Amino acid sequence: MAELVVYGIVLGSIIALGSVGLTLIWGITDLFNCAHGDQITVGAYIALPFVSLFSWIGFLQAKVGPFSFNWGLALAFIPAILLSIGLAVLIDRWVYKPLRQSGAHFITSFIASIGVAWGLRGLIYIIWGADFRFYTKGLRPMLFLPLEIKLRLDEIFIVVVAWAAVATVYLFLSKAKMGKALRALADNRGLARVAGINTERMIVWAWGIAAALIAIAGILYGIETQLRPEMGWIFLLPLFAAIILGGKGSITGALAGGLVLGIAQQVSTAWLLPTYKPAVAFIIMILVLLFRPKGIFGRRQM
Amino acid sequence: MSILRVEDVVSGYGSMEVLHGVSLGVEEGQIVSLLGPNGSGKTTLLRTVFGILSPWKGKIYFKGEDISGIAAERIARIGMGYVPQEENIFPSLTVQENLEMGAFIREDDWQPRLEEVYELFPDLTDRRKSRAGELSGGMRQMLAIGRALMLNPELLLLDEPSTGLAPRLVDAIFERIVKLKEQGVTVFLVEQNAQALQIPDKAYILEGGEKKAEGGAQELLEDAEIGRLYLGR
Amino acid sequence: MGMEIGGILNFLVSFAIMASIYAIFSMGLNVHWGYTGLLNFGIAGFFAVGAYTSALVTSPMPTGVLTNYVKQAFGLNLPFLVGVVAAAMVSGLIAALIGLLTLRLSEGYLAISTIGIAESIRIFFNNESWLANGPQGLIGLPQPLHDLFPPGYYNYVYLVIVLAFLAVIYVALERGIRSPWGRVLRAVREDEVMASADGKNVFLFRLQALILGAMIMGIGGALYAHFSAAIQPSVFEPLFGTFIIWAMLTLGGTGNNKGAILGSFIVWALWSWSTFVILKIVPRGFETRAPFIRYVLIGLLLVIILLRRPKGIIGEERQVSRF
Repeated sequence: MAELVVYGIVLGSIIALGSVGLTLIWGITDLFNCAHGDQITVGAYIALPFVSLFSWIGFLQAKVGPFSFNWGLALAFIPAILLSIGLAVLIDRWVYKPLRQSGAHFITSFIASIGVAWGLRGLIYIIWGADFRFYTKGLRPMLFLPLEIKLRLDEIFIVVVAWAAVATVYLFLSKAKMGKALRALADNRGLARVAGINTERMIVWAWGIAAALIAIAGILYGIETQLRPEMGWIFLLPLFAAIILGGKGSITGALAGGLVLGIAQQVSTAWLLPTYKPAVAFIIMILVLLFRPKGIFGRRQM
Repeated sequence: MSILRVEDVVSGYGSMEVLHGVSLGVEEGQIVSLLGPNGSGKTTLLRTVFGILSPWKGKIYFKGEDISGIAAERIARIGMGYVPQEENIFPSLTVQENLEMGAFIREDDWQPRLEEVYELFPDLTDRRKSRAGELSGGMRQMLAIGRALMLNPELLLLDEPSTGLAPRLVDAIFERIVKLKEQGVTVFLVEQNAQALQIPDKAYILEGGEKKAEGGAQELLEDAEIGRLYLGR
Repeated sequence: MGMEIGGILNFLVSFAIMASIYAIFSMGLNVHWGYTGLLNFGIAGFFAVGAYTSALVTSPMPTGVLTNYVKQAFGLNLPFLVGVVAAAMVSGLIAALIGLLTLRLSEGYLAISTIGIAESIRIFFNNESWLANGPQGLIGLPQPLHDLFPPGYYNYVYLVIVLAFLAVIYVALERGIRSPWGRVLRAVREDEVMASADGKNVFLFRLQALILGAMIMGIGGALYAHFSAAIQPSVFEPLFGTFIIWAMLTLGGTGNNKGAILGSFIVWALWSWSTFVILKIVPRGFETRAPFIRYVLIGLLLVIILLRRPKGIIGEERQVSRF
């Protein structure tokens, strides 16, 4: 059981990366972004060519410390994050922004995001095919901890990177001028406009943050398991469950929600087949919606 | 000179016309009140002036310039401030952060202004770090006004700042409004509350989307018919 | 030459059968979204329930060697029509349960919940092998009137059967929507507050609409099962089971049954015919990936409709704005 909880924290950290961006976008634009999961997939795959590219450079072939991957992958985070941001901003400009400006109902954007999800997944299949891909081949060093916990060293890396990224975003949102404005926007969009804040520019910032976290989540999940075109889609239900648990627009809520979902999904495998994980996420979501529709963690503090 | 001039403005929501051609003016350095019952179109007029709604017909001039149909985000930058009646704070931000957001678009040093606002509303000073959502009704109104003052507006539009407040607090708010006038801010005050006729230099009465009366505050207060028809006396 | 024409005809007939089955789903969705404003993103769930119900009701229990390979909870060996009716009933029953749980949620939450329900149903059929043979699914499902016609011509017969269902459902819905009941549905969709002030029980009407639409989807599922004669959980993935139907209804015209049918034929034509075109133009060695170009096409199509023509090709009869 202790082991499952630890695995749950690993998975939960990845979910939290996705849910922070998802709740930010939801709070600021009302969009339930159904393409969030598939954007995670794109983030993971975009790193692939850079991993191969960097492997031409001798000193980047060296493994990073005790981990299973080399410096090439560590470096690939940077272009993957940049491309992920570029893609998100373009999608917003071409799809969601015109819908916002025509005053379309948020459901229209929701349906459009399904079209986006579909298109992105199709592109992944076309470019990389349906086969599983791996960043690195070879042994993954294990760590034996008390309470019979077996942990891959990579998983420590995953948790550390995920929480470092989340902490950076948290600091940005609580200290930086732009970050505070993003929270203000999630709080009260009408008043933000009255204060002269340029909403459209802030939405670009929000997508930038969300997409950076998306790319990190994708690569970390790729390190944890393997790359496959459906890898992001299975995150969609846990992601939605996490942000509903956390309350609309609440960053801390989304983080807590992500962790809870990760742990609940992994611990459930003690009794249920692992393939039931999405159903577990769904049941948590329904229970929250029925009994605490404003979320559990979301006292609307950040 | 009129700092704000509204000429024959028609406006509304969707296909519903609320204002049927309203004209009025606000003189610089004065407090001007707009009174009228619920649903008379007072808020619609403010929202149209501030560019949240576009006028269907008519013109709006601010400092002599035509601002009809210009977006709120831009109007906030040219010296007009607006305090909506409800949802006029950022509840999950602290008091201090709310005021900082008021100054978001300022590129100069706004620290002195922050201190001035705290001076005007000393109660807020002790609550700098509190979340705005936890404030009482009166404090919220003061914070909302303070937020708008951060941009040093020449004209401040206030939408029923006395709503839901105890009479003692209403007096306190009106006292600050008079103080603002002394500091040189022109105030356009929308109210249902006839108590608001104590402070303005001039007042208009709006009903059913049309201007029904205008004049000096004292004049209107003494007019029995106006009192009976529009002020519920 | 004769062979080729025969081949084309065969293709056209199976195309028409699938497009008509999808048209039935689209009309079911139209009851939910078009008439009542219910955001059902879990069509695949009712699709699966309908297909599996009819399969289990009409097929016999496996015997002999087959018992080693096929597990199913029961096999009633009843006639096709019984299977279809059972599919509609079970689908409607599940919809009633789901409705009692979720219909009070606001629209966005309802949408996400229905995605979750459909995924859970699919995963359930995939995991619980005792029920309907797990991932392998059920094969060799009985086909109505199969033995009366030469095998090469059977699809013509099945097309007639599907078209008959399509016509009956279409006529019934068109009448229904013009009845007082249909008018209340629209009132519920346009303004819940006003409808409830009128003394109409909004929740009850939404529930009835959810059940009715789900029953139609269950029938669609049954018709699919007996056409393909084989079903497995992977058929009911959200892409083919739900989102393509949204693209169909949105393209044709939400709130309009003719639009639902038109959209289904257009999107299904795009989907099935683009395979040929794509396979002709892509380079060698790329064939396995080429079909996925259709994902991109459908995704783009959906986005472009929403941006350029949100009312669809036909649009709703009696102009009432939806978007």
